[in-house]
Amino acid sequence: MDLQANPDELFKALSDPTRRALFERLSREGELTVHRLTERSGVSQPAVSKHLGQLREAGLVRDRRAGRETHYSARPQALAPLLDWMKSYATFWNDRLDRLENLLDRMDQ
Amino acid sequence: MNTPEASTRTLVIERKLSHPASKVWRALTQGALMEEWLMKNDFQPVAGHRFSFRAEPNPHWNGIIECQVLAVEPNQRLSYSWGSLGLESTVTFTLTPVEGGVLLRMEQSGFRPDQEQAYQGAKYGWKRFIDGLERVVGKLT
Repeated sequence: MDLQANPDELFKALSDPTRRALFERLSREGELTVHRLTERSGVSQPAVSKHLGQLREAGLVRDRRAGRETHYSARPQALAPLLDWMKSYATFWNDRLDRLENLLDRMDQ
Repeated sequence: MNTPEASTRTLVIERKLSHPASKVWRALTQGALMEEWLMKNDFQPVAGHRFSFRAEPNPHWNGIIECQVLAVEPNQRLSYSWGSLGLESTVTFTLTPVEGGVLLRMEQSGFRPDQEQAYQGAKYGWKRFIDGLERVVGKLT
């Protein structure tokens, strides 16, 4: 079975709805400061910073210090393992359905 | 016929098989036959039954797929949940009679983390995120 990709860390980072919301917003609006991200998030600034740290660990966002503010931006290319993993199922099922057809040819009615 | 159609949230593969539906159904639902084309298993064609598929483990994966039977409609439709690597999806086989055989449709959908249950009702669901994935990924190329 060819499901080598291990996107566990990525899934963990994205398993939290607040982190997904932060990532989505950065994907949509481009670079934003922690301050701006906190405004409409419904959670405290320290909590937002912690979530951003976890997203950064997973490679989903990058940060840039400018004066007293930290600016964050999305790195959508970090989603590639997730997509690869899903696509690997296409190969898997095509292979298994070939085997199913082969089995059906060998089975009695 | 061979029509893979991969997207980020649903995988659909259709094949026309020159065999009667009842025979294809046996291959889909009898454990020993399933092992021949799919994987070792302890499947029972009973809704609610929990079972697992076991493949060869590799360094990244224990080879176990945890499943639960969701729907059994003899000769027509079989559906089970499919959980591995912390992601859960649903696999559904549908059989539609066609001239000279049957059309088999395999659909794997709803890729989402196992933990999603904990976020039922969450304002920002995983499904919505996955829905947005294609748009995000579209920007990559």
